[in-house]
Amino acid sequence: MNLERFFLFISIFIGLLVFLCLYRVVFGPGIFNRLIGASVIGTKTLTLLVLMGFIYKRIDMFVDISLVYALLNFIVTIAASKYFLRKGATR
Amino acid sequence: MEFVSIFLLLAGAFFYFAGTIGFLRLPDFYSRMHATGKSDTLGTLLSLLGLALYAGWSLTSIKILFIVVFVFITSPTATHALLRAAYDSKIPLWTKDGRDLREGEVKGR
Repeated sequence: MNLERFFLFISIFIGLLVFLCLYRVVFGPGIFNRLIGASVIGTKTLTLLVLMGFIYKRIDMFVDISLVYALLNFIVTIAASKYFLRKGATR
Repeated sequence: MEFVSIFLLLAGAFFYFAGTIGFLRLPDFYSRMHATGKSDTLGTLLSLLGLALYAGWSLTSIKILFIVVFVFITSPTATHALLRAAYDSKIPLWTKDGRDLREGEVKGR
């Protein structure tokens, strides 16, 4: 059984879910809905990067990129939630 | 071993799907956070665990396990920080009959 093909289908499915989340980032009311949208897309991209490493057979490189991406996603969410704390969001 | 990996990946994709549906369909900010904060952590845990099983015993799978541990610590922390920031900047809570849940709250917390 060819498992790389299965990985490709799972990556396409997660990519479609990323596009569905992008709806909230673009149209979502208020800044905080957009922030969770960005955080959710970052978490899905983490899995997508490791899957891409298995598909392209360069997993030793892609796993480091995924680790750095996890760190950056965490720092972005924490910094943005501190920055937008009392800026008067209405919804 | 491959079938365990396939099953874990499918379970992770299912949890991602459920989280995305909740993220699009639920009525306000806090319930959307409730949908995504848990199911995304669990989906990442399951699918990366399946990929680590597929990679076998090597440095790569140990790095993937490090990513799993890191996400399992930081994703609830980020969710909590975002929710606390939204609650402090007075974003209203959704109820079915539209009453105000923050009425009897002590000022200044």
